[in-house]
Parts: sequence; structure tokens; C-alpha cells
Amino acid sequence: MNNVGQLTSVKWDEEGKTFELHLTGKIKQQLSADPTLRPEYLSSLGLTKFTQRATEVALGKRSQAILENRVLGVHTPGFTAAMRLGAELLRHWYDVNAAWCGPVYLSSPCDDSLAGIFQAAGIQDIREYYYWDDKQRDICLDKLLEDLETAPEQSVVVLAASAHCPTGADLSQNQWAVITQLILRRRLFPFLMLPAQALCYGDLERDAWPVQLCASNGIELLCAQSFSHCFGLYGEAVGHLLCVLKHNSLLLSVQSQADKIVKSLWSQPSVGGARVVATVLSNPAHLVEWQGEVKHIVERCMLIREVLRERLRLLGTPGCWDHLTQQRGLYCCMGLNGQQVEFLSKWRHVYLLPSGCLNVSAINGRNLSYVAESIHLALTTSL
Amino acid sequence: ARVFYSSGNGPSKGEQVPQAAPVAVFKLTQDFTKDQFPTKVNLGVGAYRTDEGQTWVLPVVKRAEKIIVSDDRLNHEYLPILGLPEFRSSVSRIALGDDSPAIQENRVGAVQCLGGTGALRIGAEFLRCFYNGNNNTKTPIYVSAPTWENHGAVFTSAGFQDIRPYKYWDAQTRGLDFVGFLSDLESCPERSIFVLHACAHNPTGTDPTQDQWKQIAQVMMRRKLFVFFDFAYQGFASGNLENDAWALRYFVSRGFELFCAQSFSKNFGLYNERVGNLTIVSRDTDNLKRVLSQMEMIVRTTWSNPPSQGARVVALTLTSPELFSEWKDNVKTMADRILLMRSQLKAKLQALGTPGTWDHITEQIGMFSFTGLNPKQVEYLVKEKHIYLMSSGRINMCGLTTKNIDYVAESIHEAVTVVQ
Repeated sequence: MNNVGQLTSVKWDEEGKTFELHLTGKIKQQLSADPTLRPEYLSSLGLTKFTQRATEVALGKRSQAILENRVLGVHTPGFTAAMRLGAELLRHWYDVNAAWCGPVYLSSPCDDSLAGIFQAAGIQDIREYYYWDDKQRDICLDKLLEDLETAPEQSVVVLAASAHCPTGADLSQNQWAVITQLILRRRLFPFLMLPAQALCYGDLERDAWPVQLCASNGIELLCAQSFSHCFGLYGEAVGHLLCVLKHNSLLLSVQSQADKIVKSLWSQPSVGGARVVATVLSNPAHLVEWQGEVKHIVERCMLIREVLRERLRLLGTPGCWDHLTQQRGLYCCMGLNGQQVEFLSKWRHVYLLPSGCLNVSAINGRNLSYVAESIHLALTTSL
Repeated sequence: ARVFYSSGNGPSKGEQVPQAAPVAVFKLTQDFTKDQFPTKVNLGVGAYRTDEGQTWVLPVVKRAEKIIVSDDRLNHEYLPILGLPEFRSSVSRIALGDDSPAIQENRVGAVQCLGGTGALRIGAEFLRCFYNGNNNTKTPIYVSAPTWENHGAVFTSAGFQDIRPYKYWDAQTRGLDFVGFLSDLESCPERSIFVLHACAHNPTGTDPTQDQWKQIAQVMMRRKLFVFFDFAYQGFASGNLENDAWALRYFVSRGFELFCAQSFSKNFGLYNERVGNLTIVSRDTDNLKRVLSQMEMIVRTTWSNPPSQGARVVALTLTSPELFSEWKDNVKTMADRILLMRSQLKAKLQALGTPGTWDHITEQIGMFSFTGLNPKQVEYLVKEKHIYLMSSGRINMCGLTTKNIDYVAESIHEAVTVVQ
């Protein structure tokens, strides 16, 4: 069986391979023949053309924060690097003399590398807020709000703007409205994540809507973005850290802190992938073509969700599977417990994330039946 | 001479986030860019320049990139956390030599990193966690006086509290203070960590001789000091890959466990692709396995998966005989031009009768030269002659061309005779 179920990372096409967007391939060829691209060190903050575009697609071109020049964008080698840089910046955000060590609130569940990233930056106090409710197969907003209500002022709350990993369950616009009010009232600091920007709605700005909501409410925030998924640039580490500040007077000092931190981590980011993204986002014709390709990916994911849900229904698999099609994006929480996840990997060679979530795009025409059957077995076999 | 490591950030009241001091070499470039003087010269450049003063895309890199970009079979997935396998093995090999006993004994590992900086940082993080006890942040880190200005910052950020200089540059003799170096090796606390420049010392261009390296190794072995090589100029220093790797390979042959941070920014001209590697020489395979597993954890919380583009270029080049041969030629071209500039600068200064000795210009090796000019003379050059160099007197030989070398030589002559 061709490694049937690495249903965890990276999206695959119908052949079970990762694919490169057609446009990305074209742009790469163009860039490799471009004689004006010189081999020189970038600044620590990266490719300017890229950070400008990345900032715009997060905040919207007409963003007040951009107009008031209180936004810093840092090009980073990937999403994790953006999170790490953000964590490092937070250590001295409020107090230059004392190293801030938390608390940072992470969703339950969350990507298993997040806690480690903050700890590596010296922030030890990591806490959870209620997020995914297994029984409801949905987010439980009440419990989430309860947890954040008790968070000390200046706590950092890590929130997925879209494509929550690993559940795939995202907050609705109404829920965001309530949360931003809480953030304002309790003076919390949101650290937003866009690990797969554009892969929920096929639209970069739409996926970033929560970032814009926070910014328009005057909230100071950090946002980590990745363009790897939506440009098929997996190996190219194309990340970005957005810092929206309260006042323009703080910009220079945050910038110089970021510069200092970056110089001791990776010096400057890698340019290749960022050039591709900047090229596409700066060119209206490319943008249209790219949009088309991304919509296709998103539609495929939606289709898989529908088909998988239907297949489970036909098999009579216990449980409610509506959330499969109510959610969007790459990830989906199957509501399987640890034993069931182990059963799948041990006996069926289908690998899910430990939390029981899977990457929808890793399912294709050839493995769908097998996957659906396996899930059915996991839930019906007495273990 | 000044020691180039940055100290901690000073607190500033009334501001939430303090503004960090700008890194000197980048400010130099900024000032140069703003200068309108028609025959200005930048001797503080960070990258190789041709005789036309242009950056240079290595022809072999162009070829390799073309091959890669047209390869349909390429897998576009994330690289593994430790990096591209063929990159890791080929670059460790190029550093240690195909016949390295350590490689044959399966005790060499590698972590692909974001440039030389990334390799130093990952190595430093590991050492802080696991060397000399767990989380021992008090182990002294010794960096040469002077050294690359970022060394101290990397180790400090990794958590080490005690960064110290070891004697290196002798301003009087304009050479290596070998006696001072050895005495620091003898008097430092056991198990201290030493950052050694494998070749083409930055910023002085002054390397120990083979005999001196042998003595250094002897003391370090006896006193149980940890060897951390910074190897950013293989091939770029002498024009020969093996010669530039001599010190590293000698230490490995003596049985040291060590780290070596490699950079391919200069010798491949891949400055902005961030191609680096941390080569790990361990005592045995089992130890290596455990070290790599911890490295993986460290990388996971830093950048998780390294970028593939530059690594593919290097791996393809090193593993294809034709490309490998072309690369060696390209590297030699760069090294030879630098050697030519060195000999011409020295000859012109001698012809002008410039006071002082200038042998060190040709005795030093690599991209940089410590001219021995004092800060006042440097200031004169910058302000009066629009020739930009570091206040330490460090120049980048790549900034010299056949067109500007006369102007530079005459200006140095002026500076030395007019300013004392």
C-alpha cells in the first residue's frame, strides 16, 4: 500500500503526490532566467516587496494601521520561524528590563510544536483555553470565553485566524466579534496564526478577516503567516510575521529588536520562495491565474469532505459527521480517541495526528474507500 | 584591537521596547550608498565582487538552477527537519574528506541550517542544553579577539552568560599572537568552548600555521576544551578545498568530538538562499543518533523545515562530477582574484614607500585583511577620501579592482603619512 495514510501534513493531488501550482512553476522558471536578481545578502527583515504584499493581504490595502505607519512586517524562513520571532519579541514587549515569561494561552488541542516554540524563547508559563469539544464536534465558545475571562492582563492568546490545526474548526465572524470584545476588555494580546492562508476560502484576504477585525478595533497584535501551502512552495520556507502596533513611535524600536533577534537566529531569511509570492501578488494577471488554481484546490478539499461524509453515512459509521462539511480547509478532527488512532496506525496503516485529526487533502480517489472503512472499523471494533 | 561581540541590550526608561544599536558593517554600507563622491570605494562589502565591481552568479550555480527548475520529477514536499539528505551527506564529506575515518566509522552527522549563522545557533543551543551538564549556561564561550561581530550575539542569545575573548591578533606585529593564544588555552577553565576559524580568519585574515594548529590541538585535547569550528570559506581562502579544510581534518584525525558550522554563502555565491550546515563529529554511532534526535527537537522550534532551493543547488553540484569540477574552477577564480589584489596592493604600497611593513597583506588569507590602520587613519580615509572600511582597519579585498587599486593605495599612503 503506497503509504496509504500519511493523513497528516502536506496536500497531495489525485496521484498522492504533492504538486506545484502551475503558475508557481512558471514564475520560478522566469525568475531563474532573470539577470537582474543579484546574489547579495538581504536585510535581516527580508525582501521588502514581499513584506509589503504580505502585510497588505493580512490587513487589506486600505488598512488604517498601514496608513498610520504603525505596522512592521518581517519576512521569515517559514511559519515556525515567524512564531519563534514573535515569541522572542514578546519577551521584552512590555518591559525592557524584565523578561516576560507568560502566560501564553494555546487552544486545546493545538499544533504540538507551539508550546515548544514559546519555551525555546524562554517563555515557560504555557496554558490552555478550551476550544474543540469532542462531543459537539465543534468549538465550544462558552467554555473558551470562560477560560479567557480569567486570563491575567497582558496574557498572550494564540488564536488561529483560519485553518485551525489540528481540528480544522474555525471561529465564525460572530464568535470573533465576541472574542475581540473580550480581548479589549481584559487587555489581552492576540497572536494570530495564518498557517495556510487562502486555503479556507480560496482568498488570501478573506482568510485574514479576523486579523482585520482586531486591527480595526485598535488592538495591538502579532500575526504569523505562511504562503507555503497556497503557493505550493513547501520546501521554500515562505513565512511572515506581522506586528501591528498601537503607535507609530514604537515602530523603530520594535524593528531594531526584530533585527537583533533575527541576526542571532538566521541572520536573514531565504529569498527564493518569497520572490515567487511577491511576483504573483504584485501582478494583476498573475493574481487572477493564481486565484483560479487555489480555488480549485479548495474545491477539491470540499469535495473530498462531502464524499467522505457520504461514505461514512453509507457505512453506517456511528457518530455525526456534519462537521466534515461545515468546516473548511485542510484539517478535520475525526473525534477519534488515542486508542482508535493507534488502531488505525497499527492495524490499518492509516496515520492520523495524535489528536485524531487528519489532512483532508491526503485523501484521493484511490484511498478513499480504504480510509473510510478504516475509520468505520476504528469506531466499531471493541478495543 | 576591539573585540567584536555585542553586549546585552541596555535598558531605556520611558520606552517599551529599546532600540538596539545598529550593526556596524551595515551602517557602513548605508553611508557608502548615500555618498555622492564619484570615485568612492566600498571596502566593507559583504559579498564577492568581480573586477567590474559587480556581484557574481557562479556559472555552475546558473547551470544547476536550470537543471533543478526543469526537473519535473522533483518532490515539492517540505524537507525533513534535519534537511535535504543528499545535501547533508555531501557537504559533510566535502569538509572532512571522502577518506575521513570518522565518516567511515559512521560517527559523522549533519543538520542543514539557515546559513552559517543558523548552524552556529543550532550548535550553541545544543551545547547550552546538553554540554557540561544540563542547561549549563555558565560554561565560558571563548571567541577570538577580534572575531566576526555576530559570534557573541549568537551564543548569548542561546543562553550562555559568559563570553570571553582569547588572544589572537597582535597589533604590534600585525600577526597572530600565538603565545597569548596558547596561554589562554592553558589558563581557561576546563571544558570551555572555543570558537575556532577553520581558515581565512574573519576579520584579520590571519590563520595559524599547520605547526601552530598542531600545538593548539594538543592543548585543547589535554584540557578537555570543546572545539566549535566556524568554516565559512572552504575553497575561497586558498583556492583549494583540501588545503582550506586542513585544520578541521587534523582535529578530526586526533579524535576530537566537535561541531563545525559551514556556510556556502561565499563559496557558492548563495548569500540570500541561506545555505549552511552543522557537521557533527561524535565519538560513536550511538552517541551521534542521540545527538541528532536532540538537534531535531531544537530545529523544530526554530524554523522546523529548512529551505530547499540553495541546498539542492549545492547537493547537485557536489554530487555531479562535471558540475563539481566547474564549481572548483569558479571558486578558484574568486580566490585567485583576491590573491591578485593582495599582491598588487602590497606592491603599490611598497612602491609608494608607504611607511610601515605591508607583508601582512599577502600573508593574510581570504576575503578580509587587517590593514593595521588605526581608527584615526580609517576616519581620514572615510571622510577625506570616501573609502569605506571598518574602524578596526579591516578591508574586504573584494572591494578592490584594477580600476580603483591605485586610488586606494595612494589614499592609504596619504592616511598613514598625514595621520598618526
